[in-house]
Amino acid sequence: MRRFTWFNATALTFGFAFLYLPMLILITYSFNESRLVTVWAGFSTKWYGVLLHDKAFLSAAWITLKVAVMSSTFAAILGTMAAYALVRGGRFRGRTLFSGMIYAPLVMPDVITGLSLLLLFIAIGMDRGVTTIVLAHTTFSMCFVSVVVSSRLATFDQSLEEAALDLGCTPFDAFRSVTLPIIAPAVISGWLLAFTLSLDDLVISSFTTGPSSTTLPIKIYSAVRLGVSPEINALSSIMILIVTVGVIAASLVSKRSIALQKADEQKALQQ
Amino acid sequence: MRRKLLIAIPYFWLLVLFLVPFLIVLKISLSDTAIARPPYTPTLDLSLGWAGVKDFFSQLDMENFTFLTEDALYWKAYLSSLEIALVATLATLIVGFPIAYGMAKAPSEWRPTLMMLIILPFWTSFLIRIYAWIGILSNEGYLNQILLWSGIIDEPLKIINTTMAVYIGIVYTYLPFMILPIYATLEKLDESLLEAAEDLGCSRLSAFWLVTLPLAKPGIIAGCFLVFIPAIGEFVIPSLLGGSQTLMIGKVLWEEFFSNRDWPVASAVAVILLLILVIPIILFQRNEQKNREEG
Amino acid sequence: MNDNNGNTDFAPWEDPAEKPLIEFRNVTKRFGDFTAIDDLSINIYDKEFYALLGPSGCGKTTLMRMLAGFETPTEGQILLDGQDMAAVPPNKRPTNMMFQSYALFPHLSVAENIAFGLKRSDMPKSEIAGRVDEMLRLTRLEQFGKRKPHQISGGQRQRVALARSLAKAPKLLLLDEPLGALDKKLRQDTQFELMDIQEKTGTTFVIVTHDQEEAMTVASRIAVMDAGRIIQVATPDRLYENPNSVYVADFIGEINLIEGKAEPLGDKLTEIHWAEGEAPIIGTAPADLAKGTACHFAIRPEKVAISSERPETHANAVQGQVHDIAYLGNISTYHVKLKNGQIIKAQAANNRRLSRRNFTWEDPVWLSWTDTAGVILTQ
Repeated sequence: MRRFTWFNATALTFGFAFLYLPMLILITYSFNESRLVTVWAGFSTKWYGVLLHDKAFLSAAWITLKVAVMSSTFAAILGTMAAYALVRGGRFRGRTLFSGMIYAPLVMPDVITGLSLLLLFIAIGMDRGVTTIVLAHTTFSMCFVSVVVSSRLATFDQSLEEAALDLGCTPFDAFRSVTLPIIAPAVISGWLLAFTLSLDDLVISSFTTGPSSTTLPIKIYSAVRLGVSPEINALSSIMILIVTVGVIAASLVSKRSIALQKADEQKALQQ
Repeated sequence: MRRKLLIAIPYFWLLVLFLVPFLIVLKISLSDTAIARPPYTPTLDLSLGWAGVKDFFSQLDMENFTFLTEDALYWKAYLSSLEIALVATLATLIVGFPIAYGMAKAPSEWRPTLMMLIILPFWTSFLIRIYAWIGILSNEGYLNQILLWSGIIDEPLKIINTTMAVYIGIVYTYLPFMILPIYATLEKLDESLLEAAEDLGCSRLSAFWLVTLPLAKPGIIAGCFLVFIPAIGEFVIPSLLGGSQTLMIGKVLWEEFFSNRDWPVASAVAVILLLILVIPIILFQRNEQKNREEG
Repeated sequence: MNDNNGNTDFAPWEDPAEKPLIEFRNVTKRFGDFTAIDDLSINIYDKEFYALLGPSGCGKTTLMRMLAGFETPTEGQILLDGQDMAAVPPNKRPTNMMFQSYALFPHLSVAENIAFGLKRSDMPKSEIAGRVDEMLRLTRLEQFGKRKPHQISGGQRQRVALARSLAKAPKLLLLDEPLGALDKKLRQDTQFELMDIQEKTGTTFVIVTHDQEEAMTVASRIAVMDAGRIIQVATPDRLYENPNSVYVADFIGEINLIEGKAEPLGDKLTEIHWAEGEAPIIGTAPADLAKGTACHFAIRPEKVAISSERPETHANAVQGQVHDIAYLGNISTYHVKLKNGQIIKAQAANNRRLSRRNFTWEDPVWLSWTDTAGVILTQ
């Protein structure tokens, strides 16, 4: 018996208005005819056209996407390995340092991570560009992946792996044929998290980037420092739209798979 | 063998790309500025053998740290970062708690949707969400337009490029981090505890103070740390919304590095920032551990 | 009326001059389309230990929550001491509730839990500590006052919940499945403890339970509920021996039910024709029934005698074959299959430790009982 009062409804209404109104305004004004973003001058999609012909933006978007796909894939692999080492690795020398290095980047200010990585790349004389950004992004996002995956690993019944070993699997076989399918949803959400973190990152990219590898956030940041512009509004709207569709689709897929599983269980019970 | 490899690969990766960079920062913070490439001395010259190492260490000193304490800019920046983070955390709590509370009280069939609505902004670009506020808060922005049009004010409010705008930005971007842990504790709260309190003579308001709030405490503390810790080192929000007036250490570090090109001082600023962060991080860890033991 | 009740000292419900402490007057409670309580009227008297018994979903918990003030009746009135309770919120009612989950505040110690209600009453601060000690003594929790709820056992938590709800000396204590979370042995001990405490404090107890044994043990009267209605209110022994319906007979204890048609013989004696080729059962009906009325003959297993020869003394006897034997230690229950296929249970006490078992599977046996051993039910 939970009492949902007027107070609760008001709090939710204002809360969600606060969260979503700024983005709605942004999207609305991306369809503004005028270059003066604060004055409404009629509906137009021309800024989307301008954006699609802006070569600098397109190449920045392409670089960002490349970096995000590569770094999130490496992060998913390394993060899963790290999670497995933490949860199932038992005791090994330097475990405390290892878990410290997994959790520290989660709370590290971006400016420090970026600065320290840049100083490393300079110290070893590495040319800065897409490679250094990918290395940097992989490093901090693998920690997020490993937190997501290790929480799934910790709740999963270890006797399943033992059963696989008992039935003749090698440890590697057991991992591939039993553990991996079960933790796959966590690895996928870890990958998605790493992907968005990489897409979103401004500070670490700014430190580790080279002259020919400007990412989209860097581009947006330098444009935005000069004030609000309708092209950025249009670009933001596209990015918000993609994320919204992605998140809703992902939640519908997971809802559907849960519903299907329930239906199957129901069927099995009736037989 | 394979197990060893499984541990060794991520271990090695983090050593090289996380720990070693730190040691480099620490080392450079003890070095001197130089007009050279790289712009600091000493550099370790291993060709000289043991003497080179000795020479290298003898040149390191605390000069940059002394400099930080002498120049008021730096310690003011640290203090003002702490103050801004603290005030913004409280503001986020005040805004976030009623939302988390409303979510926990909402009919259970709404809750997954409400959760998704809270998480969705987290997936959209941080930079874009900050950017959206520039258009709202600027002098001829939407907020001022509405207030002027409705006759509430005669002159536009100056919000952008003030600390106020930084507060708004932090509350806005970190709100989900506050709401989710509080919601998690409130959602677990057994409704019969509130009925028991009422049955024993509490009004609804006093039942809230005596039962709901104490039991939501772990979530409130976790949420506050999750906002406070990243807010201290925040760079994007003060640089886009705070203008030149707002002094925050993340911005100072950025400028020290990119504008002044003073790498040793920037490194020293980073080392001190880390030392400051260690305290709330340890407190946060303790809180989490206590909750895990009790839960 | 009081023929079966040996203990006549406490029976306020038999005294027309006695005013009930609680009165439900035609109370109905609906949740949307669902009717949880349907036009229900009952009286509960001071110092009673009143049990609401029924399967889950029968409305007993709703009834109790209306007494505590967490639900309000859709129609009808609830009176406490003659005063309508409709407008009184839970925190202003002279009732306290012991929750099924105990609802102990996890952030407060045992003593603070017990003091919680007192601090919100008009009791002077100086007396609270004394009252808390008294409650700790009453529930034998003296050593545990400083512990948190998660540091004590399930049985101790149950006693803390009881102490907390009794601390304010309520006129009425409501207990919602108070022993549901305890194991069987502990439950039995606690039942007697509850009765003891009820007697010592003189508080009126209303207990909700789905466990008929528990209700029979603790209650002065039991209200058997089904689908939002009261089926029968009576003392445990009357409920057991004189159920008013097949529902109550079947719900309380074990019973054999034989379906048939009535044929009155006069003086309440009634013949029941129940199967082709079998002699009718002779029983006693509560009132004269019309010839041909459909009815059930209900008889408890312990009132059915089992023998290898046809006994001469009993009014009723049927033949059958032993189908199953359940040995329970103190007694054995024989499942006897009659010619028409119906199974009748008969119980015999095992009063000798070493004896050859009288009957075994497939043995032909006779079942017999007197004409007053069973009841004839028409509902």
